[in-house]
Amino acid sequence: MPSIKEIQEDIIDEFSMFEDWEERYQYMIDLGKTLPLIDEQYKTDDHIIKGCQSKVWVHAQMDEDKVAFTADSDAIITKGIIAILIRVFSNQHPKDIIEADTDFIDKIGLKEHLSPTRANGLVSMIKQLKMYAIAYQTQLK
Amino acid sequence: MLEINKIRQDFPILNRQVNGKPLVYFDNAATSQTPQQVIDVIVDYYSNYNANIHRGVHTLSQEATDKYEAARKTIQNHFNAKHTYEVILTSGTTHSINLVANGFASLLNEKDELLVSALEHHSNIVPWQMLCEKTGATLKVIPMTNEGELDMNAYVNLLSENTKLVFVNHISNALGTINPIETIIEKAHQVGAAVLIDGAQACPHIKPDVQALDVDFYVTSAHKMCGPTGVGMLYGKEEWLKKLPPYQGGGEMIDQVTFEKTTYAGLPHKFEAGTPNICGGIAFGTAIDYMNAIGFDNIATYEHELLKYGTKKLLEIEGLKIYGTSKNKTSVISFNLDGIHPYDVGTLLDKMGIAVRTGHHCTQPIMDFYKIPGTVRASFAFYNTKEEIDALVTAVKKAKMMLS
Repeated sequence: MPSIKEIQEDIIDEFSMFEDWEERYQYMIDLGKTLPLIDEQYKTDDHIIKGCQSKVWVHAQMDEDKVAFTADSDAIITKGIIAILIRVFSNQHPKDIIEADTDFIDKIGLKEHLSPTRANGLVSMIKQLKMYAIAYQTQLK
Repeated sequence: MLEINKIRQDFPILNRQVNGKPLVYFDNAATSQTPQQVIDVIVDYYSNYNANIHRGVHTLSQEATDKYEAARKTIQNHFNAKHTYEVILTSGTTHSINLVANGFASLLNEKDELLVSALEHHSNIVPWQMLCEKTGATLKVIPMTNEGELDMNAYVNLLSENTKLVFVNHISNALGTINPIETIIEKAHQVGAAVLIDGAQACPHIKPDVQALDVDFYVTSAHKMCGPTGVGMLYGKEEWLKKLPPYQGGGEMIDQVTFEKTTYAGLPHKFEAGTPNICGGIAFGTAIDYMNAIGFDNIATYEHELLKYGTKKLLEIEGLKIYGTSKNKTSVISFNLDGIHPYDVGTLLDKMGIAVRTGHHCTQPIMDFYKIPGTVRASFAFYNTKEEIDALVTAVKKAKMMLS
């Protein structure tokens, strides 16, 4: 499994091929459409992160010493970004997840989606991923 | 006839680009844009006579006081209030509503009922819920119909001698419906209830006459009508403003202060504790003058044309549904594309330089009624054009293509 940093580099490479916003957004929309991200049974209020604009559901489980995330959203662009975030954070050691930053989002031109005022649930989602990682890290000790 | 190209030159912001495209600003129901005439007044205030009002004997203070009080007079004339002191300058609609709601805390008991409409903005719901929690009074809801109108039969049935207050918006921010406030006020008065009308969405389109309406309270914000943010108005009938206790204590609102007892200033100062938004108040007056120079009849006629054109063009898009289909509405079009989340549409429209509002528009009960997470809302002002609506339609089609 490549490291978080390596996956982020890959994503930056992939996005550098896109010529304009349309290609970038079409890619995210297609990601959002094609990926089944979360088991229906987890799309409950226990797993919800309410943004003002869109909703996000997150589920985490420990797979040996790695954390596996699944997530979903009712808005497809949000879901596309979730797909990217899951690709970066899922199946990693809790410690690496806790220490990871999300600067790569700026580099792929999606910074505005992670603004705290955007209220799409993504900022809270990243916080939630890290909280899960912290919880599992404590278990590992 | 409005000379739109000439009017547009008054608004410097309309020349800017967003994401490399000419800005199409269709979020007027949230905040209208500011004409140069108003910007100039703001610059002039801070450049030439910035000072605290009412208390200073020096020239700057006197000049600022004169202009601020002249603005109050302009507002009085515009809304046709009987007395200048019935115009309380606040930080905006929300502040005005909270001021009244707070004042009623000492006037209500557990038997009393308040009526709110299903079409309200959260700011005309939550302060009253807080008031009910404090006093034990009951909040009842005037239901809405599928067209986004109020169910007036249900309203009349809800009224009783226990009804103490009715609060309804003049125009719905989420749907654009113009509510029949004349009837609402008349019926409420028949059972002895007072009425507060939230005019935030109406004032950019209509010139309300508070005496003709016989309304008890009328509230609005400057930033919806070409003025700056952070300033607004509470109109209240003298008898009510005298009955309500002060909202906030502080400077400006007192007559005599001793540690034993403080007496309050008369109207309007009783409700204007602290240093107000002086520059904002003055600019509010200028904004009203600006809009009156264009003329509210001209504005209404032109905006209605935009509404008709926009509705027709948008409905040509397959799978597009408009929420709020009252015959009586202003230039607000709230819509969704079948199976597509409004957030996605709004995000893509922004990429194409078009500013719309997406989400629940602070009216979650309306969204719950339609069982939707939100809408895309395009709201037009008198400086918008049919060409801009064409750009919106093209962009919505493109968004639909990308998202389907």
